Amino acid sequence: MIKPEVSDIQMDKIGLRVGLEVHQQLATGTKLFCNCSSIESTEYPLKFVRRLRIARSELGEFDPSALFESSKQKTILYYANPESSCLVEQDEEPPHDLSPGSKETALIMASALKTNIFNEIYVMRKLVIDGSNTSGFQRTMLIGLGGSLEVDGKNIGVQSICLEEDAAKLLNDSVDFREYTLDRLGVPLVEIALEPVSGTPEEIKKIALTLGRLLRATKRVQRGLGSIRQDVNVSIEGGGIVEVKGVQKLDQLEKVVEYEAKRQHGLKIIADKLKGLDTERIAKERDVKDVTEAFRNCKSKTIQKALADGAVVKAIKVRNFSGIFGFEPYSGIRLGKQLGELVRFFGLGGVFHSDELPNYGIEEAEIQQVKKILESQQNDGFLILAGDPKKLDIVIESIIKRIEDAKVGVPAETRVATMTGETVYLRPRPGASRMYPETDIPPITVTNNELEEAKKKIPRSWEESILELQKQYELNSQLALQIFDSEYLDLFESICKDKRISPNFVSSVLSGTITNLERRGLDSKLLKNSDISKAFEFLAEGKIAKESLEIIFESMMNKTASSIEDAIQKNAISAVEDSDLNNILDELVLSNTKIIEQQGLRSIGPLMGLAMKNLRGKVDGQKINQLLEAKIKSRIDTSSKGG
Amino acid sequence: MSHSGYRGKSLEFLTKNKIEIGDLVKVKTDSAYSGILMPRYEHSDDEHIVLKLKNGYNIGLQIEKITQIEIELHSSVKKENITQPQIDPKLPKILLISTGGTIASKIDYRTGGVYPALTAAELNASVPELSEIANIDTEVLFSEYSENLLPEHWVKIAEKLDSYSRSEYKGIIVAHGTDTMQYTAAALSFSLAGFPKPVALVGSQRSSDRPSSDAALNLISAARFLVKIDTNGIFVVMHNSISDDDIACHWGTRVRKNHTSKRNAFQTIGGSPAFIVKKDTIEKDPLFSPLKKTYNPKINFDSQVMLVKYYPGLDPKVIDYAIDSGYKAIIFEGTGLGHVGKVMYEPIIRAKRKGLFIGMTSQCIDGIVRMTVYDSGRDLMNLGVVPLGNMIPETALVKSMWALGNTKDINEMEKIMQENIAFEISD
Repeated sequence: MIKPEVSDIQMDKIGLRVGLEVHQQLATGTKLFCNCSSIESTEYPLKFVRRLRIARSELGEFDPSALFESSKQKTILYYANPESSCLVEQDEEPPHDLSPGSKETALIMASALKTNIFNEIYVMRKLVIDGSNTSGFQRTMLIGLGGSLEVDGKNIGVQSICLEEDAAKLLNDSVDFREYTLDRLGVPLVEIALEPVSGTPEEIKKIALTLGRLLRATKRVQRGLGSIRQDVNVSIEGGGIVEVKGVQKLDQLEKVVEYEAKRQHGLKIIADKLKGLDTERIAKERDVKDVTEAFRNCKSKTIQKALADGAVVKAIKVRNFSGIFGFEPYSGIRLGKQLGELVRFFGLGGVFHSDELPNYGIEEAEIQQVKKILESQQNDGFLILAGDPKKLDIVIESIIKRIEDAKVGVPAETRVATMTGETVYLRPRPGASRMYPETDIPPITVTNNELEEAKKKIPRSWEESILELQKQYELNSQLALQIFDSEYLDLFESICKDKRISPNFVSSVLSGTITNLERRGLDSKLLKNSDISKAFEFLAEGKIAKESLEIIFESMMNKTASSIEDAIQKNAISAVEDSDLNNILDELVLSNTKIIEQQGLRSIGPLMGLAMKNLRGKVDGQKINQLLEAKIKSRIDTSSKGG
Repeated sequence: MSHSGYRGKSLEFLTKNKIEIGDLVKVKTDSAYSGILMPRYEHSDDEHIVLKLKNGYNIGLQIEKITQIEIELHSSVKKENITQPQIDPKLPKILLISTGGTIASKIDYRTGGVYPALTAAELNASVPELSEIANIDTEVLFSEYSENLLPEHWVKIAEKLDSYSRSEYKGIIVAHGTDTMQYTAAALSFSLAGFPKPVALVGSQRSSDRPSSDAALNLISAARFLVKIDTNGIFVVMHNSISDDDIACHWGTRVRKNHTSKRNAFQTIGGSPAFIVKKDTIEKDPLFSPLKKTYNPKINFDSQVMLVKYYPGLDPKVIDYAIDSGYKAIIFEGTGLGHVGKVMYEPIIRAKRKGLFIGMTSQCIDGIVRMTVYDSGRDLMNLGVVPLGNMIPETALVKSMWALGNTKDINEMEKIMQENIAFEISD
């Protein structure tokens, strides 16, 4: 984990501005343009293959993002399950009417944010040809512009609210194929873009949290990992706007903002350094040479493997760049690393730069050869890459452009967040010219009546919702808060319908016990909501004891059990019958008479320990305690009476 | 085009303010918006104008609420930079005739409009792979949605093809809408039986402006087919599955559109497609052999034929109407093996007396008509109804129009109907 070194004060000085874009999945029962359920499938009986084609922009220029994608020419494999997708998702049928539930939910959210809602809404096609939309575009509509969200007394501006379809889920991305499943495709998403603000990563996190809470308060949103995704647009003064996609957790958001601030400022520092140098633009004919022969016997495994696959090796001379590629204004931030991410996008393993060599199996002799072929001067740097000759040309073009951008500072690009809160290059920022009307769907009118109805349904404030939870379920405020913010709110409410179970207990298990197990590294995805419900049912019916829930959930989450019943059996924690319990405790007392004689009632301590060893999870601890105490008392009485 | 789609109040508003489509305008309503004026859908109201914002989205603004509007920049027509395809003298020549159904299109992202790509240069820009398969000439015959086509359009297409019967083209592609493509395929199969070059009708189920369109692969496969295979005949070339892999070449008299929207909507009825164009090969159905016929075009159609689908409750008066209106033939889409209810016997008798041809096909679509098996069938044959084997109803309809177009003699017509002209009947 990278330790951030940019302090709050510096954030301010570098002119950090962050624009949040939240994508929230709706839970309105159907997808946006068809009647399918938005459930996650586990099997996919249907499989088919497509190749998407790039469409030219009117200006005669290709959309840079689309061109980037098409240059990879992959075949797309789609997997589908009829329970979660239909011909619409397969792009075999035109879209059906806009789902009324989704429309209403979007209007409610827009009203809550005081957005100016249009009374004629147009569905547009936004070009996406990486395969994540079977039609080659995403259907998206602008609901309204403007509005505000109150966060800690400040008014954060809302830029726009859109209603759109979620994309297919990436299963696998290999050299020739990209595989997607269609269950998530078409799930309704509300996209809310906030005005960029300057603030600390922590403040940004609070904004995201507040917005998330407002959306959850509508009770029409999906819960669980992946149901709300953040994209953040981060920029510093003088730099391009960098879009970071795929932030799923709030903690991750904070780290991402910190990392980007550091990365971008680092790039600015590099640019400043370059200003003082004479750096001409790389000219392919003069500065790019084939050096394949020089590396024939190179000891680098990467290069050997590439050569075996028929690759060529090319070297690029970069004037006066010696020391620049490896220069680290902040730990982990280097131009060399940025170039490495860029080429990996094209499927190349990486790129070697002069500042890190000799290393990785590349030796001094080879370096000298390269320098000779490139006619390098002392202060020149160079890059070495190996790959398919057809691909290399496009890659080299991108590198040349990226190096030019490095002289300016921070290029606008699209990056993706990693699990640890860093960012990695994803693709160039898409041009504006890739939307056109979705002519299969006529314009959607929003009547005054619909607007009035939406206003009426604006959810209570988050504070009010928490208070209501507390009241309805007699929860303390901390538990209410925890369960409201967790992904288990709906599950909590459904389990609590069974009046035999204490809501406090349920809440503490859902937001406490399970979270703790997660923190220990176990996988909560293996514990389905239906499993949790079942476990609570068994508890209510007396089949298991309270203490056993943690044991059961642990078994599910560490894969030692595949179902609740399995977990109960494997851990031998079926509830013990009262008659058996009596016998067990009687035996325990009889075999420990000495301790009882010696310690009297205090012997309950050690005896409970012994009893729990066998009975933990099978019987309520309190019950054991009560029974055991009674038996010990009775034993003491009998023995004192003599005999 | 300067006010496309606007009418009534909205048109008045625009003309008053001297604003045309494509102009960049600044509008004040309850908020301020800057965008380009867009065309409007034909059936929308006249109370809104449509703007394309800088972020790419289109929005509708109520004219009533507009307090101010001013032009920031007049629209400029951008000259499109299109490169002509390279002619490779080693490659064969193919002709592409457009009849409508955009097989290739281009999007003007500025206005959001989708325009057909009709010239060779535009086609090459849209499907550059074609230039590696053949040198393609293009010609626009007409531009109609295929649901609007009439038999006179079949005549136009046939005559145009006929004019190229002795040309140097290796094959001819006819770009056509999918709705009535099978009708045209049948019409061409009969009127041009024995045409010395293969003809491929190509369409697309997903419009060609989308990245996912089936158009390109259908076109490319049709070109590969025409170039490589030495056969003659009229074929419909469309996807064979929902995947972008195998493309089927269906024989023109045995093909039908069997799904409203799927890529592989077209199917060969009662058999396999004649050819399948795969990634590296083109496979022929072992049961297919080319039509051996001397080319003797007969391009005439008489549209006075009625196709009648029988169903419980069909009013027999429909037949009387046909007779009284001068129809010369009725093709029944009967039930099962080729039956219609007893209620139709009387009108059938009347029709026969008036000299109409009555042919029987089945609404089951697949399978043969065999009227000797049950009473109903035998009764109908006795009344003069002619069983048409496994001819697809729509094909039978087209064939009768063609037969009647070429003879006035009802007996001659009957003979033609029962003769296998272009594999429309599998024996």
